[in-house]
Amino acid sequence: METSHTEIGGEALKPGFALAARLREAHLAVDACYQCKKCSSGCPLTFAMDLLPDQVIRLALLGQEDLVLRATTPWVCSSCETCTTRCPNGIDIAGVMDWLKEEALRRGYAVPQEQVSRFHQSFLEAVRLGGGRLSEPLLLGLYSIKSGKTLEKLKSGELKEEILLGWELARRGRLRLRPPKRLKGAPEIARMFQAAQERP
Amino acid sequence: MQVSYYPGCTLEGTAVDYAASIAAVAPLLEVELIELEDWNCCGASAAHSINHTLALELPVRNVLIAWEAGRDLVVPCALCFNRLKVAEKALAGPEGRKWGPPPPRPLKIWDLLDYFSQPALLQTLKDKVVRPLTGLRAVCYYGCLAARPPKVTDKEDYEDPQNMEAILQVLGAEPVDWSFKTDCCGAGLTVARPDLIEALVQRLYDRALAAEAECFVVSCQMCQANLDLPQRRIAKKTGRPYYLPVLYFTELMGLALGHPDVSNWLGKHLTDPRPLLQSKNLL
Ligand code: SF4
Ligand code: SF4
Repeated sequence: METSHTEIGGEALKPGFALAARLREAHLAVDACYQCKKCSSGCPLTFAMDLLPDQVIRLALLGQEDLVLRATTPWVCSSCETCTTRCPNGIDIAGVMDWLKEEALRRGYAVPQEQVSRFHQSFLEAVRLGGGRLSEPLLLGLYSIKSGKTLEKLKSGELKEEILLGWELARRGRLRLRPPKRLKGAPEIARMFQAAQERP
Repeated sequence: MQVSYYPGCTLEGTAVDYAASIAAVAPLLEVELIELEDWNCCGASAAHSINHTLALELPVRNVLIAWEAGRDLVVPCALCFNRLKVAEKALAGPEGRKWGPPPPRPLKIWDLLDYFSQPALLQTLKDKVVRPLTGLRAVCYYGCLAARPPKVTDKEDYEDPQNMEAILQVLGAEPVDWSFKTDCCGAGLTVARPDLIEALVQRLYDRALAAEAECFVVSCQMCQANLDLPQRRIAKKTGRPYYLPVLYFTELMGLALGHPDVSNWLGKHLTDPRPLLQSKNLL
């Protein structure tokens, strides 16, 4: 029935219920959203988003998986928790943004902000390799390798900026190259990483 | 007063200035910070963004260690504080029992600023000020995660906190009122999207200047790094000569209490606060 369809960007969309149900299961119910847009009004990063936070919630409620899993919005969300704090219906919008990032990666969606996903992946990899604590130089090293944007950065001058900053920090004793302390809990933490990887 | 202390990874690395100032002022307030045994990374933004299992497992381990130690836990980093509180809530929730029984005595997880601004400690602080920070106009910048969301942090004054101002007043400085103390600086995106944080941070610079502040005071090393490190770059790009040092509240405590190492800590910043403090005869 044509009238039950929502229109976005001129395309007719069929509502579905599966996504809202999965969010409910993850304690991230979006059903109570009444589109007051308070979340978007207070969001500091709307200027970089393709969908506003309230639109993400609405589209999730309407089951538009493809639209929300392809969106830039969750990846430029800074997790500042302003939306979650202010939503009059107790919707954890920031939590939904996290859920969408993880789901998009898990399902192999092309991530619109690869720098961000690679940074997060490098961070966790650095903690795993460090045996439970983060070494910042290791994180930056892994991230530079993963992001592979060296040539672009060289051209834009960004690389020079990064190297200068690294030097400024190092000469103030703020970049320490030694690995983090060896933890007694290292095997336990290695198992956590293992289990987290194996989960469906 | 003894309390468990979770420094977090950055305080062992780039935030050595914050770490040193905390270690220096705590004993002056008769607080003994006992580092949590064998603590691990809280998982930070990376875990909660892309791996909800690690986002709980990593901080839960720390809370369990804190329970074992049996003392309240103090956390200087807003992000670590937030993740440890999330873990605490998960432990108290329906699935909490899978990690074992709850502690015999519930203990409190504090962020450092709240801990140091307890009335009794404010009084101690007041009694020990030897060099009032007269004439230093500062905006207090709290950032996001020490306060938000309140159902996680258990904070009441999450939109307009006042305790950093209270400390500055005790120290004799002039906290300047402004409306952006809990606005986000985008710290989590610093490395991946420097362009985005430049927009957010420049906005904070302009608002601080509009309030006629001379510096920022912060209680989180992520906020500190994010406001301090790109300052020269942003000044160059925008052609505006920003000079807004970003001080930890603990550094100012050390200064007002006459600690001899203050200049060392300040020398680690990129935007050097010493010229400002010297111009006020405070250093
Ligand atoms: S604040 Fe809550 S109810 Fe309002 S639009 Fe956003 S998600 Fe919906
Ligand atoms: S958590 Fe994300 S979506 Fe919510 S207000 Fe902050 S940046 Fe915007």
